[in-house]
Amino acid sequence: MENTNAVKSFYEDSGSSRTGIMSWLFTTDHKRIGLMYMYVLLAMFVVGVCLGLAIRLELIAPGKTIMEAQTYNAVFTLHGVIMIFIVVIPSIPAAFGNMILPIQLGAEDVSFPRLNLLSWWLYITGTVMALFSLFTGQGAPDTGWTFYVPFSEFTTTNVSVAVIAVFILGFSSILTGINFITTIHRLRAPGITWTKMPLFAWSLYATGWIQVLATPVLGITVLLIFVERVLGVGLFDPNKGGDPILYQHLFWIYSHPAVYIMILPAMGVVSDIIPVFARKNIFGYKTIAVSSLMIAFAGSLVWAHHMFTSGMSDTAVLIFSLLTFVVAIPSAIKVFNWTATLYKGSITLEPPLLYSLGFIFLFSVGGLTGLILGSAGTDIHVHDTYFVVSHFHYVIFGGTGFGLFAAMHYWLPKMYGRMYNKKVAKIAFAVLFVGFNLLYMPLFVIGLQGMPRRYYDYLPQYQTGHMISTFGSWILALGLIIMFVNLYKGYTKGPKIGRNPWGGSTLEWQTMSPPPLLNFDREPDTSRRPYDFKGVTPDE
Amino acid sequence: MSEIHKDYTGAKLGMWLFLFTEVLLFGGLFVLYSTYLYKYPQDFHTGGKQLDVFIGTLNTVVLLLSSFFVALGITYIQRGEKKLAIRYTLLTIIMAFGFLINKSIEWSAKFHHGIYPNSEHLLEMPHGEQIFFGLYFVMTGLHGIHVIIGAVVMGVMVWLMKKDNINKDDFVKLENAGLYWHLVDLIWIFLFPLFYLVL
Repeated sequence: MENTNAVKSFYEDSGSSRTGIMSWLFTTDHKRIGLMYMYVLLAMFVVGVCLGLAIRLELIAPGKTIMEAQTYNAVFTLHGVIMIFIVVIPSIPAAFGNMILPIQLGAEDVSFPRLNLLSWWLYITGTVMALFSLFTGQGAPDTGWTFYVPFSEFTTTNVSVAVIAVFILGFSSILTGINFITTIHRLRAPGITWTKMPLFAWSLYATGWIQVLATPVLGITVLLIFVERVLGVGLFDPNKGGDPILYQHLFWIYSHPAVYIMILPAMGVVSDIIPVFARKNIFGYKTIAVSSLMIAFAGSLVWAHHMFTSGMSDTAVLIFSLLTFVVAIPSAIKVFNWTATLYKGSITLEPPLLYSLGFIFLFSVGGLTGLILGSAGTDIHVHDTYFVVSHFHYVIFGGTGFGLFAAMHYWLPKMYGRMYNKKVAKIAFAVLFVGFNLLYMPLFVIGLQGMPRRYYDYLPQYQTGHMISTFGSWILALGLIIMFVNLYKGYTKGPKIGRNPWGGSTLEWQTMSPPPLLNFDREPDTSRRPYDFKGVTPDE
Repeated sequence: MSEIHKDYTGAKLGMWLFLFTEVLLFGGLFVLYSTYLYKYPQDFHTGGKQLDVFIGTLNTVVLLLSSFFVALGITYIQRGEKKLAIRYTLLTIIMAFGFLINKSIEWSAKFHHGIYPNSEHLLEMPHGEQIFFGLYFVMTGLHGIHVIIGAVVMGVMVWLMKKDNINKDDFVKLENAGLYWHLVDLIWIFLFPLFYLVL
């Protein structure tokens, strides 16, 4: 459907006197900021993927294949730092949260638009500094993304710049969290009550609280590494009376909740997508909403399960193990609710739903293997092996990654006003799904057999697993290429769409595609519940 | 753009959320403090004896007074008495400088005695005292940075009041700046007994 009315989209109306690139770099429009986040983080995602492919290629055979051991250490560190801090943590909240949240609430923008822009600039500054740390000083950081002391205090590589980059990225994340919480409290349109809010908004609300409450602890932790490196205070140095284990505690007090910053928004995306393609009200709206908060709360109390082998007391192990199992409950509630929503729905297998189903399967594998790691007895066996590597890639890539892809197939048509080729999108999904499992499934096996993570070299008995995995990484890369090319082509040249290509019932589908500067060209109807599809027909 | 939307409650909510992050930033250090105090109670006692309680107390009084001046400034701006509001905000800044001067006197005395991070003298001390002084420099240092940031923020507030950007009808910026200042004050209220009066 063509735009017949005279209202301009947010591309044509920047809301300021600036034009061209400046109207983007200094915009306070949440949609533009969200898109800018997405472009940068996808670019960094490509960098991270290339580093990951390099790691896999190096590991295809024992001994040296393409790089020296020191380079290998730097490569896996960068892969981790870039993927965690620059890609996955901001991914769905900063990109799609910015683009979609205010529209879903019926608001014109977020509560603090200028703070939002500052947050983006901090993100760019942190990203540039992280890249800067690669090419300056005495070599790229080689500590792993966890920056464990005492090595991180004494290595001659460029850790100081990298940790300051992480500090700045954390600040950016905090500001986004503050903005979203305030927006959800203050800017819901009349009629959008708490229980009429889409579940994506609920998940961002829970995420916002973790961002606000957990990220500062990471801030102080990385700041302390910097202080240790520059001044040598010795707070974590046993020679000066410090205790390195305390560093691990502080680090995981943030970094475990951080995985919920990563996964909760993806769960929100899936909760929004599934009812639309099952044409059915979501099963258990309130339990899904509350389980997000439960995950945020309980997930903040489980950090020491990363440290079962560090020699803590049996009581502590027991408590942290128990709490870890508690987190599985709200996660499982969500999975059961999603499947119950699909039950007897009139399902259309459009690309967003396919990616969401991929999410559910991969996240379940990742989540259930997480319980093996969370129970202290089995954890001793698989601690620091490829089992862990595989587990968190299933959760973070299979979960958040596929959630992000689902969001890109679901909401980007709204942002660009054009549709991609659905058939190619489905082929891309199939390739991705096969490649993903081929890449990570063998790692579970060799992990159980004892292959340690982060090692440059390995015994010949692990080679079959590594070879299959590396082969899978190529298929995965192929899937990514097909998907990105298809999306790019669709959003530049694809057929134009109307307001509501999927037949969604949340507010973003009531406005034009792409939306105007202040989000709505006509007053949105807020009387409908978020997943009530009665009378909603797709407008392609 | 449409009319500028002012949301007083929203602005306050955002500020409180930010204050939570500040509390947790220091929280990490307080966790370290409590763990090490448990591990080295005797050394922390000896360490605390070496700090100047007089300067510490003086600085506590200075900060408490400054918080009072901020509160006065906010009250006056709400009543529309801009001149007085500006005067008391300026007084807050002066108090901040007073605090920093005291702090630098104190720190230089310590440096003079050879107590600074990684110094030879410090490395000869027992482990617990090394940690005590390590925490002392890191925590009061981070607090000092916050005092400087707070003073700069107050300076901006004075400028905004002069521009009439902050006035009788729209004073939430000054209130938020005041909240920040009170937090900086409050953190000191915890630091003071933990280091100067410990055991």
